[in-house]
Amino acid sequence: MKTIDNEGPERWDLIIRPKTSLLNWQLKELWAYRDLILLFVRRDFVSIYKQTILGPLWFILQPLLTTILFTVVFGNIAQISTDDLPPVLYYMSGIVLWNYFQECVTKTSNTFINNAQIFGKVYFPRLSVPVSVVISNLILFAIQFLFFMGFFVYFVWQGVDIRPNMTIIYFPVLLIIIGGLGLGFGIIISALTTKYRDLKFLVDFGVKLLMYATPVVFPLSSVSGKYKLLLLANPMSSVIEAFRFSFLGKGAFDWTYLGYSASFMIIVLVTGILIFNKVEKNFMDTV
Amino acid sequence: MRETVIKVENLGKQYMLGVIGTGTLTRDLNMWWARIRGKENPYARINQDGSMETGAHWALQAIDFEVEQGEVLGIIGKNGAGKSTLLKILSRVTTPTSGSIKIKGRIASLLEVGTGFHPELTGRENIFLNGAILGMSKPEIRNKFDEIVDFSGIGKYIDTPVKRYSSGMYVRLAFAVAAFLEPEILIVDEVLAVGDIEFQKKCLGKMHDVSEKEGRTVLFVSHNMAAVKSLCTRAMLLNNGRMEYSGNVYATVEKYIEKNISAASDGTIPEGAGIGNIGKGRFTRSYITNDQGQRVSELYFKQPFNIHLELDIRKALKNTLISVMITSAEGEAVAYAAPTDVGYRSLDLEPGHYAIDVAFDVTLLPKHYSLNVGLVYFSTGETIDYVERSYEFNVSNLGVKQELTYPWDTVHGYVEPKTEWTISKQ
Repeated sequence: MKTIDNEGPERWDLIIRPKTSLLNWQLKELWAYRDLILLFVRRDFVSIYKQTILGPLWFILQPLLTTILFTVVFGNIAQISTDDLPPVLYYMSGIVLWNYFQECVTKTSNTFINNAQIFGKVYFPRLSVPVSVVISNLILFAIQFLFFMGFFVYFVWQGVDIRPNMTIIYFPVLLIIIGGLGLGFGIIISALTTKYRDLKFLVDFGVKLLMYATPVVFPLSSVSGKYKLLLLANPMSSVIEAFRFSFLGKGAFDWTYLGYSASFMIIVLVTGILIFNKVEKNFMDTV
Repeated sequence: MRETVIKVENLGKQYMLGVIGTGTLTRDLNMWWARIRGKENPYARINQDGSMETGAHWALQAIDFEVEQGEVLGIIGKNGAGKSTLLKILSRVTTPTSGSIKIKGRIASLLEVGTGFHPELTGRENIFLNGAILGMSKPEIRNKFDEIVDFSGIGKYIDTPVKRYSSGMYVRLAFAVAAFLEPEILIVDEVLAVGDIEFQKKCLGKMHDVSEKEGRTVLFVSHNMAAVKSLCTRAMLLNNGRMEYSGNVYATVEKYIEKNISAASDGTIPEGAGIGNIGKGRFTRSYITNDQGQRVSELYFKQPFNIHLELDIRKALKNTLISVMITSAEGEAVAYAAPTDVGYRSLDLEPGHYAIDVAFDVTLLPKHYSLNVGLVYFSTGETIDYVERSYEFNVSNLGVKQELTYPWDTVHGYVEPKTEWTISKQ
């Protein structure tokens, strides 16, 4: 809109309009609120830790117990191959990565419902909430990862043949793909749950099921034919395989598969932000 | 000329009824399937005349106004007039359907007090978190931190989790953060403010400081006409989502009250509204008239009033008692009256239509009241007709004359007794 005004061009700090362009992602604003994001991270971390008896111990107890369970059920009873790796290391590597993805999806998918009260009172870039969740989950992941590394060092010291290699330097890329996928899926679901509450149940359950369509309890190498293709369609598969290859020397580090996962992540994330921004504007009217 | 800091142009907000979604996916899929086959929406509401509800409701429409820097603008109107919607759009919680708002400077509302406080975090952590939610940067909060703590009076408990605070401490801390936010434009919604009277007073006080001493702009939403009159320089009246009037605060408040007077119901009591109606007779009408003889639902403070009743008697009744009771909004009896000279008087009523006027000499304090009317047998107390809430009315804290205005925010009790004070120094 152009106005011809005798007082010269008017300068406004804020213009509230019905619709902003789809391409206005408000990422600049998100950056301006970075202090808030960090405070949210701190709040999440402190509040989780304060409400428990064992405190931060839970962060490592959960993957440990799951690893033991998987080792017994899938390793000892069902005798599923672990690519000749020690089962504990094998399962824990998958579990730790999968946990990060799962936590990102489920925790960000509650964004609108859990924050309805706060969102109804004051404006701040809504995206700062899911972004802070992904960051605080990254911290949890780091703790679990260090725990995994403890086992790693133990097995190497025991003389088990484990061959980490140079592809380790791409580890951050893997984390970005997982975080991006988790955030993207999570905010798409959070936007949809403002309309359809029943989706929430589907997600909590679905993410758990999806783990079995990912090489967490079995190696990609043990699958062939159309099942392998199906497995690779899952963007998390190549990431977990690549992680195992980098740290444990078994698995598959394939740039084609990773490229697919990365493109998948970008599409999901962009779609997520678009939907999220659209819903965010009028969500208070529907809740 | 002072600078315009808020410019609202052709603002509108439309709520879609039933179109937002039915809440579950299956129903929405059904709706969508019906639409593509060209069938009627199976979930559309059907009006009494058989027409489909198209479901568009304008909560706000064609609102235009400007606010200059340092102005205190009152926004008044009945519930549902669109005040809260306007505030929500201004504070960016929801977006408008049409038009635009242009704002200069930071805008904040006292509604936000304590938003995002987390019980597990300490007072210190919450100050930073709450401040950041309200849009303050970390250095900004750090600069004001000591002042905030001082103002709140929390002192040594600043590193204790706020869940251990008393509710008073909690509110004080929350308020302190908001008070030091120092926005250029402050929104105060007294209607939605927390019930705490102490706190409401604090809000009003802060508002006064902000506008008088610091020359900042304030938008004030309230049902308290006396507060609006004393604090605002200008006011606008919203009605059904449209701007009914805007201008001088006195004129606007006058319009609001006038409107409430003319909107008074005619007091007709529908058949079957009463209990104990055994076909012998019933009340058909009840209302209040002011000292000008107008039927009103709003009285000025200390304005004399009459109660008017109409009674239909179908069978001759002997030995009856007519009574009228003024009750509080909660239904407590505030004042009771029945025909009396020396003692209470029984009446014999022939069939026919009766009009009864009761001159009521009682000073009601500014609150919301309703009438209960009853007709019983004098000796047995058996009910012939008894209607609860047959008419509702409000006593404003505004006096007919300025000096008669009720001056406080708190109202103790319901009636002001006639008293004579003798104070002598001994």
